[in-house]
Amino acid sequence: MITWDGVSVTYATTRVLGPLSLRVDDGEWVGLIGPNGAGKSTMLKTAIGAVDHEGTVSLSNGKRRPGLDIAWMPQRPQMPDDMTVFDYVVLGRTPHIGYLGSESRGDLDSVETALRKLGMLEFAGRGLVTLSGGEAQRAVLARALAQEAPVLLLDEPTASLDIGHALDVLEVLDELRAAEGLTVVTAVHDLTLAGRFADRLVLLGDGIVRGDGPPEVVLTEDLLRTHYGRGVRVIQDQDGPTVVPTRTND
Amino acid sequence: MSLPTTPPLARPSRPSWLAIGVGVGAVILVGAAGLLLGAAGIDSIQVVRALLDALPLIEVDNTLTEIQLNVLYEIRAPRVVLGGMVGAILAVAGASYQGVFRNPLADPYLLGVAAGAGLGATMAFAVSGDSSVLAPFAFLGGMAAVAVTYTLGRSVGGRTTTSLILAGVAVAAFATAIQTFLLQRNSETLRQVYSWILGQLVTVGWGDVVGLMPYALVASAVMLASRRMLDVLSIGDEEAGALGINVVRLRWVVVIAATLATAAAVSVSGLIGFVGIIVPHTIRILFGASYRVIIPLSLLFGAAFLMAADIAARTLVAPAELPIGVVTAFFGAPFFIMVLRSMRRSG
Repeated sequence: MITWDGVSVTYATTRVLGPLSLRVDDGEWVGLIGPNGAGKSTMLKTAIGAVDHEGTVSLSNGKRRPGLDIAWMPQRPQMPDDMTVFDYVVLGRTPHIGYLGSESRGDLDSVETALRKLGMLEFAGRGLVTLSGGEAQRAVLARALAQEAPVLLLDEPTASLDIGHALDVLEVLDELRAAEGLTVVTAVHDLTLAGRFADRLVLLGDGIVRGDGPPEVVLTEDLLRTHYGRGVRVIQDQDGPTVVPTRTND
Repeated sequence: MSLPTTPPLARPSRPSWLAIGVGVGAVILVGAAGLLLGAAGIDSIQVVRALLDALPLIEVDNTLTEIQLNVLYEIRAPRVVLGGMVGAILAVAGASYQGVFRNPLADPYLLGVAAGAGLGATMAFAVSGDSSVLAPFAFLGGMAAVAVTYTLGRSVGGRTTTSLILAGVAVAAFATAIQTFLLQRNSETLRQVYSWILGQLVTVGWGDVVGLMPYALVASAVMLASRRMLDVLSIGDEEAGALGINVVRLRWVVVIAATLATAAAVSVSGLIGFVGIIVPHTIRILFGASYRVIIPLSLLFGAAFLMAADIAARTLVAPAELPIGVVTAFFGAPFFIMVLRSMRRSG
């Protein structure tokens, strides 16, 4: 479980987030949606202490050790060109190894398991610079999974993936969540995809929670028009809501 | 997660046995060449015999005179060893600065650390004339220089590579200007300072080796121990922080170790530039980009490189000597341009 309690972030004199309170239970998957600049990335960063904020973010185990308790996948990761995929994913084990230590057999197994789950084993020896956008994104996700943290905060984990790979990756996350009770928060731009996987969607607008609930409650034409500024059509059927872009702005 | 029963498919990067073998071989070969070659004109074969004779359990006719043996053991040998130590720590300091500043052009010379250390050492001479305070003063000068360079580089250009180096150039020029001023004002007492401005290993004896040893060992051990962390830093402060690293503390630890090493090297050998660029980048190209590979191999190849540069310095214009800093700059400056060009292409 991860709880944001009265969290707000202010740059200079502009408040970009909050005050915001949100609780995500163990094993729950929350999809964070909202227009560009709504504060999705900032909200995730408050949890790892990467931005100064007021209020508290806490975990159910009472600790909040970046790396060990929370794995964060940034939207625009910095990937050193000539580092190999294996070395890169090994970085995910950093929180488990002391300053002077080195990777144990268990650490290497975790890395291998993460690579296998994302279909990246065959790329282990390749340099990061040689990867396609989608392969690089899976490498970053593998690094986050290798941390084996109970809470996963993923900022646009499927942005560079084609629909096939996006579904594959989200299925992997769903299986992990089911098997290990992981708590997952993903910021996602693709509203339909977000609704297919998350138990619950949280709509942010101007740093404030504007909608919170199951996908069919949050993905409504009214709410989306209000906060995205354009009309869309929402089709509800047995797969859940599907958001369809339209050219007419009504 | 379930444990696979097969051995791991891959392991984190580390220096290959081939690379270590080549490095050790280079140190031994260049070191031996350094003992054989020199201005005294001692026959190389006789030197080999003398060296063999000195080994336990081996008896060879030793035909060198007392004076020649003295040249070998009291002049050439400490110089070779000191050259190796200085080269090793300058190379590993360069690699470490590159890691903590995430800047491929960082080098003790280009960051102004060497010039700051030189200024500190000059001040020590000017204030006390006592050479025992040289190293601490050089360290303080080097730390001040790297702190100013880093602060200046960030304030003008954020995190760009060039702003850090330009700041380093400015700091180095400033430190050198003050140093020159001090030298002019105190030309009598500071004549000895002149000898190492361009960098040289001329007047060394075993005393210098013993004096440098503790700094070299401690600083190298810290940098070696941090090699895995330097890989973590390569994904940027924010992501490294999210992996639980205390980035600020790590940067301080490594910068202090690298600066200590540089200051100690500068206080015995003067300003020798570009070793910290040439050696780590050659290793990066030949053996791999992970700091787990670069840091340990920099110690070996840095030692071999500077011993080789010293041989060139004392044989090219024999019986006169070139300052070793001139030799390293001759190879280093074009290399620097090469690195600069490759950065342009990739970034």
